[in-house]
Amino acid sequence: MLQQSHLPHAVGIGFKPQHFSDIMAGEQPITFVEIHAENYMGAGGAPHAQLRALCERFALSVHGVGLSIGAMAPLDRAHLSRVKSVCERYRPASFSEHLAWSSHADTYLNDLLPLPYTRETLTRIVEHIDLVQETLQREMLLENPATYLQFAASTYAETDFLAEIARRTGCGLLLDVNNVFVQAKNHGTDPRVYLDAFPLAHVKEIHLSGYDAQCDESGAPLLIDSHGAPVADPVWALYEHVIAVTGPLPTLIEWDNDVPVWPVLAEEARAAGAVLARAAARRAA
Amino acid sequence: MSAALQQEFAHALLDPDAALPAGLVSHTSRAPHRRFAVYRNNVVAGLVNALRARFPATERIVGEDFFVAMARLFVQAHPPRSKILCEYGDDLPGFIAAFAPAAELAYLPDVARLEAARTRACHAADVQPLDPPAIVALSPEEPSALRFELHPAMQIVRSRHPIVTIWAMNAGERMLGPIDESVAEDALVARPQFDVLVYALPPGGADFLCALASGVPLGAAAQSALARHPHFDLTANLALVLRAGLITATQPPSLDGYQS
Repeated sequence: MLQQSHLPHAVGIGFKPQHFSDIMAGEQPITFVEIHAENYMGAGGAPHAQLRALCERFALSVHGVGLSIGAMAPLDRAHLSRVKSVCERYRPASFSEHLAWSSHADTYLNDLLPLPYTRETLTRIVEHIDLVQETLQREMLLENPATYLQFAASTYAETDFLAEIARRTGCGLLLDVNNVFVQAKNHGTDPRVYLDAFPLAHVKEIHLSGYDAQCDESGAPLLIDSHGAPVADPVWALYEHVIAVTGPLPTLIEWDNDVPVWPVLAEEARAAGAVLARAAARRAA
Repeated sequence: MSAALQQEFAHALLDPDAALPAGLVSHTSRAPHRRFAVYRNNVVAGLVNALRARFPATERIVGEDFFVAMARLFVQAHPPRSKILCEYGDDLPGFIAAFAPAAELAYLPDVARLEAARTRACHAADVQPLDPPAIVALSPEEPSALRFELHPAMQIVRSRHPIVTIWAMNAGERMLGPIDESVAEDALVARPQFDVLVYALPPGGADFLCALASGVPLGAAAQSALARHPHFDLTANLALVLRAGLITATQPPSLDGYQS
């Protein structure tokens, strides 16, 4: 039996080392922190000391960016065993990765790259997730991507592709609501239609973050998943819509670039907490 | 089919002159160059930023524009092999040494080596150094036969340039001031607790510490350092060893020919 993802149904933040002192200095509007697995693969030093201290106060979510689940090449077993070591060291409440690829041959590309949604890629991803879950002895959560273009070869809608992966592997899903908005605007579709088709029953965590707005050569909106801005109003609205359907879910605020001072991030966390509180109150009524 | 596509996609990310991979579409275009460029920029800018984070003093010396232009070339020629980005850039000092536009800054590769060593020290294993009183209390009959285990975070960067002074002034650790470029400084990087410390080693210190680190007993390590550096000062070197928390354990005298 795999260890199931069990984050508190409340708010967390993506941890940035520069916030450590502020976070530890008082009561905070968060119940969990999320870290990138790859930032804690060194042997020791301040990163691990901080994480040990955080784990005494908060639940932990380990989020991988390097497994390259969507690569057609075999998984990097050495990297998978490093992920396993991080999970054994900290026993997180949840482990998650992305519907994307991030390395090719022996080169790490350090980005979450898109893939066509076909029977061939589905089969490969299912194999990879089976291996990850079997190795870690945990359920993993798979995150929907922010994409900037599409593939002529795709034969599945992204929501159907994710639903089929969850069905075949038993993995949970991480619903990034900002990514939903970004990909919908980028592909000229309606984010509410996407959410209505999303297999919400499998969602065990939500991500919220900010985007950067640009245009493509035709003048159409091209939103970039920058993690460098406050959560945008339409994304908050989509989040409310999801939570009204699902009830409270573990919700993470991500802010990785142009990182603000802690009070700004804490305010975003409070705003997400207010959405969860309203949903809980409606359910109790 | 998808494997070939990923091959083509990966290649085009790192080669700005590569053609748009086949089979990419958007709702506005059958040749979504601008959209592919988002991925290309994410990859290169993300890796350049990882280098900026690891080599801030190097960047300060040459300026942001120069550093970013140099780092982009490095990223295209030497993309990371490891998924652990704090390790990325071990090859940057060598790249800088061969980078003609930086040739007049002869010290720059060694400053970059020092910054790379600081990151390795930052992430090295945690080991508690022995207290100086505990070491003094050993007072063995034959102190010169003592052998030490040194801290895993210890790094030594040898240089013919005043790299510790240059690094410190460009890392905000020391006021900017005149630098005598003829002074050679070997750097000691240590991390007794969580803060990474950088010291300029006294003459012969690098040879002395390398000998100790490879298991040579104290007396023989001092003798070999003295043989190569007439100004080698054992007291000054031992004081630094204690101050930097380098000794984590002592070992009994060995029988492999190092008895003094």
